Amino acid sequence: MSFIAHLINGISLGSVYALIALGYTMVYGIAKMLNFAHGDVIMIGGYVVFVTVSSMGLNPLLAIVISMAVCTVLGVTIERVAYKPLRGASPLAVLITAIGVSYFLQNIALLVFGSDTKAFTNVVTLPNLELFDGQLVIKSVTIVTVVVSIIIMVGLTLFVKKTKIGRAMTAVSEDKGAAQLMGINVNGTIAVTFAIGSALAAIAGVLLCSAYPSLTPYTGSMPGIKAFVAAVFGGIGSIPGAFIGGILLGVIENLSKAYISSQLADAIVFGILIIVLLVKPTGLLGKKIQEKV
Amino acid sequence: MKKKMLSLVLAGAMTAAVLTGCGSSASTTSDAATETAAETTEEAAGTEESADAEASAETSGGTFKIGGIGPLTGGAAVYGNAAMNGSQIAVDEINAAGGINGMTVELNFQDDELDAEKSVNAYNALKDWGAQVLDGCVTSACSIAVSDKTAQDQMFQITPSGSAVECVANDNAFRICFSDPNQGIASAQYIGENGLATKVAVIYDSSDVYSSGIYEKFVAEAANQPFEIVAAGAFTADNKTDFSVQLQQAKDAGADLVFLPIYYTEASLILTQAADMGFDVAFFGCDGLDGILNVENFDATLAEGVMLLTPFAADATDDLTVKFVSAYQEKYGETPNQFAADGYDTIYTIKAAAEKAGITADMSTEEICAALKAAMTEISVDGLTGEGITWDASGEPTKAPKAVVIKDGAYTAM
Repeated sequence: MSFIAHLINGISLGSVYALIALGYTMVYGIAKMLNFAHGDVIMIGGYVVFVTVSSMGLNPLLAIVISMAVCTVLGVTIERVAYKPLRGASPLAVLITAIGVSYFLQNIALLVFGSDTKAFTNVVTLPNLELFDGQLVIKSVTIVTVVVSIIIMVGLTLFVKKTKIGRAMTAVSEDKGAAQLMGINVNGTIAVTFAIGSALAAIAGVLLCSAYPSLTPYTGSMPGIKAFVAAVFGGIGSIPGAFIGGILLGVIENLSKAYISSQLADAIVFGILIIVLLVKPTGLLGKKIQEKV
Repeated sequence: MKKKMLSLVLAGAMTAAVLTGCGSSASTTSDAATETAAETTEEAAGTEESADAEASAETSGGTFKIGGIGPLTGGAAVYGNAAMNGSQIAVDEINAAGGINGMTVELNFQDDELDAEKSVNAYNALKDWGAQVLDGCVTSACSIAVSDKTAQDQMFQITPSGSAVECVANDNAFRICFSDPNQGIASAQYIGENGLATKVAVIYDSSDVYSSGIYEKFVAEAANQPFEIVAAGAFTADNKTDFSVQLQQAKDAGADLVFLPIYYTEASLILTQAADMGFDVAFFGCDGLDGILNVENFDATLAEGVMLLTPFAADATDDLTVKFVSAYQEKYGETPNQFAADGYDTIYTIKAAAEKAGITADMSTEEICAALKAAMTEISVDGLTGEGITWDASGEPTKAPKAVVIKDGAYTAM
């Protein structure tokens, strides 16, 4: 029984990682850059919902929509101001910029909201699922997070494969120069990618804070790093890979906490990442992309 | 050319400002200080005390500068602000009653955001301001970082609530609160002697010196008590949002009490998650849990019945507590917690030691430190956090432990 409980708690944690990892992998897959500020966009999304629901008393669903709009604008602005001018620069420069943006957002939040912990109101108000006379409780937010992650994963896969703009994204990811020659608006496509990634961040923010209801300016950073690991684990750039990687990471983390050592859990998680990358450098579902000659 | 001119003029202006600052700062500061002091005194106590205000105006630069450091913003802001406010009330009272040895007391409290590095910066800023003794830091890690500096400078330091052993490792440092080991031992004894539980689980932060310090002593003392520790779950600073595993282990082990030697931010999450998983159990914590009722938007009903070892209960009926609580509520609009009481006692302890040692305003920081160190072991303070508190040269206080329980959203004496 306790094994099942640990497993479910692991899936609960993993589904949050998966949701964040989807945003990471989306941006990496298309724009070929690691947006380290993703975790902090999540934090901003959480604050928007906190302010609108707890302070202004808006309906949570409306608040989520507002939060998605704010994050979309934020994501596109970040891309336009910080990343677009560096399109031709080395990947290292872009990476450093992304870390800079991450700290910038954290400090803005520190300035605006202060660093006091805010207790987040769970927006998922459905009752928890109780099995075996309350021996096993599955939180409703877990179920919602898993379902939402699956919907987003399927939706994104279809979007990239079936729609015109989705196929433009694939083209941009494979070869920016050739895509431009074919008449694809590269900058527009990348902006759309950031818009989608950031809207996903808003949803992830709401569900992260609902599952673990404490909101500080640093709320997004550690889950952001773990989700990045999950994305690499599953094969960065692969949408189903991000989902599987996230769930696996959460389960491994919780089981190692429960059965090996609660202090070594992170070391074990990152150790497994190293092993996976040694054995399969592209991650579980990563495609081996032929380098241009 | 124009630019060059401008920069020359600016540079000139700056130099002039700096020079003027050097030449006259001493006299202006003391004037301003005496004026404020005189005003406060008059406001607080009416004309009766004006003789004292004049007396302090006569002593040249007759101010006693106390620097304070604590987290005024950030995850432990509740502690820092409470300690600052409590200290301020004590300072106001002392000034209204004629100051320390005729000196007017000035308190300058700086923010460290619970960051050891920022704490050292705050200390340097206080030194520039002219602090003569230090009231701080409020938290353990910061206190340890700063105490290395105060030991170098030989500045007398007394921490209201820095409870890690190392906080008073240097001979110039003392504390008001219990040390972590003493809190761990006192908690185990309290649980055992009052028969609160037979099976105890512990959840602690292994990356934090405060939490792991209490945990170790608690476990050691538990061997002598009529309860057993059935589960011990650790977490680290990077992993402090998900406590499902630790709670599940405690539940599986059949614990009837969970001991939480941690800070209130994580504790608020633990209470929420325990309620979510239907784990109905008693919680017992140390002073780090104090402040849980002030977490913004936290559902205070979850904290109902939580017990904590704390030296101060705001609903106690002794004269000192009643007077302090009403002054605090009037000035800051909230009920003081134990950190406020620690801050208050800190200032009165400094006063008692300074009077014993006969500190005067013209003594250097080193002289003050040496004199206060000797005086600390000879005084006995009747404070909010204990009666007849005494110190030995190690810096540890001796007083009796007390516990409170959260009832109807307020701390109530047990």
